Parts: sequence; C-alpha cells; structure tokens
Amino acid sequence: MKNKLLPIFITFIFVIVFAIFYKGLKETNIYTPETKTNYEVPSLLVELFDTNEIVNTLEIFNSDKFYLLNIWASWCVPCKQEHPILMELKKNDNLNLIGINYKDTKKNGNNFLKEFGNPYDKIIFDNKGTNAIELGAYGVPETFLISKNRIIKKYIGPLNNVSMEEIKLFIK
Amino acid sequence: MKILKLFLIIFFIFPNNSLKADNEVIKNKITKNLRCLICQGQSVYDSDSEFANSLKIVVDNKINEGLSEKEIYTYFQSKYGDWILYDPSFNKNTYFLWLLPLLIFFLGGAIIFYKFLKKQK
Repeated sequence: MKNKLLPIFITFIFVIVFAIFYKGLKETNIYTPETKTNYEVPSLLVELFDTNEIVNTLEIFNSDKFYLLNIWASWCVPCKQEHPILMELKKNDNLNLIGINYKDTKKNGNNFLKEFGNPYDKIIFDNKGTNAIELGAYGVPETFLISKNRIIKKYIGPLNNVSMEEIKLFIK
Repeated sequence: MKILKLFLIIFFIFPNNSLKADNEVIKNKITKNLRCLICQGQSVYDSDSEFANSLKIVVDNKINEGLSEKEIYTYFQSKYGDWILYDPSFNKNTYFLWLLPLLIFFLGGAIIFYKFLKKQK
C-alpha cells in the first residue's frame, strides 16, 4: 500500500508544481495596467483652469460627442512630444478635447499653451493630482477616450501616430 | 474666568486632536496596504512619487467623507484592479492562491495521521 501511494503522491505534487510554474512562465512579471476599460466617468467637483469656476464632471461630458481627456503638465517632457498629435486631433468635429492640468501652476500651464498651442476645449485644474486619481490615472501623460459618459479606452504614456489613428477609427 | 477659558480651550482642542490622530492611524494603515503602481515594490505609504502623494490625499479625503477602511479598498480596487491591494480578495482568479496552503496543510495532516495510525497498529 505504501509503495503504491508514494508514487501517486509525488506525481500529484509534481503536476501541481509544474502547472503553477508553467502558468507563471507564460505571464509577464512586469505589471502592465489595463487599457481596455469600460467604466463610468465619476461625478466630481472640479475647478476650471481659465475661469476658476467649480463644475461637476458630468456637466463637462454631457453631449453625444466623443471626448478625449488628456492629462498634461508643463513640467512633463513626454507631454511636449504628444502635443502635435493633440493639435491634429483637435481638427475632428466629432471630438471634444478636455485637458487636466496635473500638479502644475496656472502660470507655467499658460506659458506651455502659449508656446505649443492650446488644443483643449476645456481644461480642468488639478494642482493636487486628486482628480486624476479619482479618474483612475497613473500619471502624466495619460489620455482617456470617453463616449456617453463612459471611459472606453485608456492611453498610458504619450500618444503616438498609431494611437491617433486608433482614436480616429473610434470616432468615425 | 481664566480657569473657564483654559477648560474651554482644552475641551475644544482635545477631541479634535484625538480624532485627527485616529484618522492618521487609519490613513497610515490603508496606505501601507495599497501598492504604489508606478514604483518597484513600494507601498503608497513608503513612496514619495507624485502618484503616491496624490493617492494619500484622496485616502485622507475619503476618510473625512466617512468611508470605512473596507469601502476605501473597494473604491481603489474598482479604479485600479486587484493589483493595488497587497491583500488580494477572494475571487475566481485568487481562490487557488488562498486554498493551496490549506490543501497542503490538510494533505500533510492526513499523511501524518495515516502514519500514526499505521504505527499504532
């Protein structure tokens, strides 16, 4: 009985260990955030960059158009890199661009927009970075595609030509 | 009159301070259990990154809004997924992780019990 049970037990343990390691090998150990999302834009009171007015986010994303919510800062180097893409996307009538000025000062933010152009229809001023966290962001630059009050796609890092084409396909 | 003033000052300051201290303890506990997603192997409490600092403010705000510790974990889990929690919740992706030690424990116990019975015979 002992002779029979031992090989079965060893094989059982071996199979379990093999299965765990085999599964582990296939999965990357580098954390990659989820970019395909589908959750509602949270209702937040936010301050507008230009007018200092306090508005609810649900009032900002209220039309049937697509919205591109871009988190940017004047101190962020990759934001400068993606800025021409935002200027290009601004030309689409079906897309509203909303900026979140992240942990920045209004003076530096305005200088940035004067130098590189302002692609945004509205800008939210988030000097503490809490609005970005409530939206589920990781840092700057980060871009959310929003449709019917739902975040349908996240772009973590600067936008490039590939993501621009993808956004254009979404909003067609 | 002086005594009354002193009493009033103590009366109004002390409860607020203890409340603040309590909030600070809960805040520290929560931020120690949240993973800084953009750092390597650091909790939000340990990290000084922009992400972690903003998250600490949001935790503070949520405590002041009256949310419980569990509600705050659920809130961040809904935004960033299970990975943000150091203590993963029990669901279909993690049941193997939670049950494997128990399984091994009972299997080991069964073997010891079996051997013990055999020895007694």
